[in-house]
Amino acid sequence: MTRIAKRPQHLSDDCESDLNSGESLLSEPERYELREEPRYRFEVDRRDFLKTLGGGIVVCLVAGVAKAQRPARRGGGGRGGRGRSTPQELQAWLHINESGEVTACTGKVEIGQNIRTSLTQAVAEELRLPPARIRLIMADTDLVPYDFGTAGSMTTRMMSPQLRKAAATLRDLLLDLGAKELSVDRGTLAVSDGKVSHAATNRALSFGELAKKAQLTKKVSGDVALTPPAEWKTAGTSLPKVDGAAIVTGRHEYASDVRRPGMLFGKVLRPESLHAKLVSVDLEKAKALPGVTVVHDGDFVGVAAPTLHTAEQALAAVTAKWKTETTVSDAQLFEDLKKSDDRDNGGAGFGGRSNYSRGKIADGMKAADHKLQATYTISYIAHVPLEPRATVAEWNDGKLTVWTGTQMPFRVRNQLAQAFGLADEKVRVIVPDMGSGYGGKHTGEAAVEAARLAKAAGKPVKLNWTRQEEFTWGYFRPAGLIEVSAGVRKDGTITAWEFHNYNSGGSAIRPLYEIPHQRVAFHPSDGPLRPGSYRALAATANHFARESHLDDLAHAAGIDPLALRLKNLTDERLRAVLEAAAKKFGWGPQNKPSPGRGFGLACGSEKGSYVATCAEVSIDSRTGKVHVVRAVTAFECGAIINPDHLTNQCEGAVMMGLGGALFEAIRFDEDKIRNPKLSLYRVPRFADLPVLETVLVDRKDLPSVGAGETPIVAIAPAVGNAIFHATGKRLTSMPMVPRGLKI
Amino acid sequence: MSAEIELRVNGVKHKVEAQPDRMLLGVLRDELGLTGSKYGCGEGQCGACTVVLDGRAVRSCRMALADCADKPITTIEGLEHDGKLHPLQQAFLDAGALQCGYCTPGMIMSSYALLAKRHFPTRQEMIQAMEGNVCRCGTYQRILAAISQAANAQKAGAT
Repeated sequence: MTRIAKRPQHLSDDCESDLNSGESLLSEPERYELREEPRYRFEVDRRDFLKTLGGGIVVCLVAGVAKAQRPARRGGGGRGGRGRSTPQELQAWLHINESGEVTACTGKVEIGQNIRTSLTQAVAEELRLPPARIRLIMADTDLVPYDFGTAGSMTTRMMSPQLRKAAATLRDLLLDLGAKELSVDRGTLAVSDGKVSHAATNRALSFGELAKKAQLTKKVSGDVALTPPAEWKTAGTSLPKVDGAAIVTGRHEYASDVRRPGMLFGKVLRPESLHAKLVSVDLEKAKALPGVTVVHDGDFVGVAAPTLHTAEQALAAVTAKWKTETTVSDAQLFEDLKKSDDRDNGGAGFGGRSNYSRGKIADGMKAADHKLQATYTISYIAHVPLEPRATVAEWNDGKLTVWTGTQMPFRVRNQLAQAFGLADEKVRVIVPDMGSGYGGKHTGEAAVEAARLAKAAGKPVKLNWTRQEEFTWGYFRPAGLIEVSAGVRKDGTITAWEFHNYNSGGSAIRPLYEIPHQRVAFHPSDGPLRPGSYRALAATANHFARESHLDDLAHAAGIDPLALRLKNLTDERLRAVLEAAAKKFGWGPQNKPSPGRGFGLACGSEKGSYVATCAEVSIDSRTGKVHVVRAVTAFECGAIINPDHLTNQCEGAVMMGLGGALFEAIRFDEDKIRNPKLSLYRVPRFADLPVLETVLVDRKDLPSVGAGETPIVAIAPAVGNAIFHATGKRLTSMPMVPRGLKI
Repeated sequence: MSAEIELRVNGVKHKVEAQPDRMLLGVLRDELGLTGSKYGCGEGQCGACTVVLDGRAVRSCRMALADCADKPITTIEGLEHDGKLHPLQQAFLDAGALQCGYCTPGMIMSSYALLAKRHFPTRQEMIQAMEGNVCRCGTYQRILAAISQAANAQKAGAT
């Protein structure tokens, strides 16, 4: 048995080098999101984009202008400075044309979280312009500023304010121009509906007229006041999805729908096992097929043909021998995760950031009336974006263009540049609004493969992964083992809390409860499958273990679970969502479940937002089937930008979370995924739908933060606690009831 | 062996030269350019490829061409008329019944077949008819609301 590298083994050396580069895919998943990558330093005026948009006004929001005017503190050698005198980070740009139409550019990707709409609202708000007159260009590396990727719920927190600043600056600029044109004091002018108007003289100039007169490019630092949420008119409303009509008519082109003239269809030979090396391959039969291009480069073997059918035939004609390596199966998984914990590294490196200690556990335990210990396990699960990885790659005069579904267009550009020895500007990555990702599409495997085939074929190549490929050659939410021991006093005060997470991750690992004696640690491990990011990362696992254990403490102390939480919580925002959810649900002694049913609740926080979920479950005592009847979620993420889309995210996260809570698990033996199909891997369907209710807590006094992830973290423990309430059985594994509940 | 097969898609006849055992989805997408029907699993488990064949919602990824010949096929592209959305399309927009939207064409086609048979389906009938369609973003509750809205809109349109 060997420890394996958790990545595809079939790419040629130059491809591998890209996968092995600085940000290795082997690393702990949180690294995908939380680490800031070095920023590119564009020379703004060099961008062709500014010319191609034609006349009008361009506003470039550039960070670092102010800093550059100060003497450099650390000399000229700082990161990214590279000796340049005025390092500037281009964060966002906006263009207004001579018809008064606005184009905003961002490197963020629309994956169903509805940021195309919310970012449009943000720009519309500051420009006092109807949203219909704003167009967003997203995730086209030739046209948008560098962006590290769409992950970590960062769009609303970071990108939205940047675009607002650019828009507010443009508004200021238009006011200045209007004042000049109308020869009036700028303070007497108003901006609304795409016009700068002077009420006293009943005169107005449209944005288009002003843009025509100005014709300028302006770099700004964004040091401008933004419209406070309490005064929002467009932001804060439930603007419908801006491109909704294209989707419901089937017109929207996802990456998998892109077609190019002369395009071929690609297929890649996959090893018969997860961890295999190519020993030998016979390509002669495939090469003999008309119109077929066959590529063999290192461990990579692929074909391209005029039709998908021919490509499949060509691939079937290839015979290959593989040397297979094995690792542990799911039967030994959890034992293995703990065994392979790299203890020497426990206090340092990435894992060290999650570790926390205060007081003395022994003292806390001594003060406790009840001591409880439990071990929780978390299975590997798959993201199952309904659109599998897909790419069309095209080479023109040494420049590579790919249309692909990824959450990290610039990272994929980098992978492609490295794989093919190209300068970054010789690679263009375009990400059409995509068939989602949930953290599962941070990489560019299909893009590298399609580009390799297209290079050999001399024609554009489309490579759409099959569902089985997506299940097998993508990456997984890491499995984990969590050990918790805690002590509680009779009055419900938690006195000690020790929490060890092996492998699944450090997100939200620290409790928000006030506990005097704590030890919390994340132990990175060396699991058998390729790990990666997932919606809310390990926050789901950590909340599951924590909130389940909290319930057990409440039970031991004979205290209502809501009361126990409130007793140990001082965080006002967490209290607010907990109370809001409980109120809407009708939590309390007055409300008792009917036989065979139970109530449970859980709460938590991650990435700056707060969630609480109350669930009601029913259990069929004959079949053991567990159904979540009702789930009430309260959520708070600062000032709400689009209430309906936020509700949609909360509902969707809860629905998706039910899968991991109840039945989703990747099953694998020593060298294969055993359930790489939707007929074998169950995802939530209509019949699993509870009555979903959402309470939004709008905090106009707080900055808006993202909401695509956190609403998923409370549903699993809420359901587990409800099952406990109904049956007295504590389920400690996610998924909890893959084969129903034996009572 | 390939053969000439006539497909009647959205009221238009197409002659297709293809193997009779080829699946309809690939032909719709790659030969006819109708990419509204999506690939999601290739085994008839997710419903993203749903089209209506002879009044029935079918998974076009598992539908051999030979079984589709000369029968009316409706795809998502066939629902909009003269720039006017079908009541179901409008209802999905109004109910905000989508996130990434990749499942949406299949969801709408399954709903379309359901409403053709049952003008006012119960919640249970809807769930039963839609059980083969997956929305990984989890907008099921909104999709049920959209179907109800469309049912009402069709009734209002009919009277």
